[in-house]
Amino acid sequence: MRNKILIILLILFLSFCFFVLFKSLQGSSIYVPEKNQDKQLSEFVSEDLFNNQKITSEEIFQGSDYYLLNIWASWCAPCRKEHPQLMELAKNSSIKLIGLNYKDNPKKAKDFLVKLGNPFSIIITDKTGIISIEFGGYGIPETFLINKDKKIIKTFIGNLNDESVKQINSIVK
Amino acid sequence: MKKLKIFFILFFMLNFFSISFAEKNDQLKIKISKNLRCVVCQGQSIYDSQSDFALSIKLLINNKIDNGLSEKEIYEFLKDKYGEWIIYDTSFNKKTFILWGLPVLLFILGGAIILKKIAFRKI
Repeated sequence: MRNKILIILLILFLSFCFFVLFKSLQGSSIYVPEKNQDKQLSEFVSEDLFNNQKITSEEIFQGSDYYLLNIWASWCAPCRKEHPQLMELAKNSSIKLIGLNYKDNPKKAKDFLVKLGNPFSIIITDKTGIISIEFGGYGIPETFLINKDKKIIKTFIGNLNDESVKQINSIVK
Repeated sequence: MKKLKIFFILFFMLNFFSISFAEKNDQLKIKISKNLRCVVCQGQSIYDSQSDFALSIKLLINNKIDNGLSEKEIYEFLKDKYGEWIIYDTSFNKKTFILWGLPVLLFILGGAIILKKIAFRKI
């Protein structure tokens, strides 16, 4: 009788372990910060890529109901890949596109835009990577859809694709 | 001459305090960066990693300490941005209670089994 209880307990314990491991296998291995969603952005100061003038977050996030902040750099290959999608999104007048140029050479960044087109209403620079931390960003490219209350409502990790463009357009319409 | 002596004493004292203060801050920076997970690297702390993300976080820690923020305030700031996952030393909450509680429970259970065995042997 005692042995039977022990065997049942052992089977229950092993089933529990199997269930936990199996469940964790199904999850995505890409880490997504859970906290930056639906959270008000803190204030920061940056520089404009073209005129090097200081610009505050208050000045950046004004005049639109939705903002799409894209972290990019000229040295980032996936950024080149998602550029047509950003050009497509720039046609949507409901969104203001903001570029966050991450740890880049300003000259190369400008050349990149001359070559591929500039979808952004404003481009700010992040020479140290600290501004991207304000958004909970940890790599590039990364895109944040922000509403007029300055809350991140959607985060896109990696390069944007046609599906992400559809999603963004359906949220902002 | 006396004035010169006082000047030198004060000069060396000031230097001593500024060096020890800087050393304390450096140790704090290392302690914080060792307790933070590099979320883009596999199994490395911010201190160990040389990734772009880790370098930015190290710089942020320096700035925050220079601005007078405490260790706890820096953890809170990063927790707010990246969630509990970024900190190695996980706090006790509804998501982590099994993680913290299970070892204690197993310890108590094991202890009870051993005690019971000893008690039986004595009988």
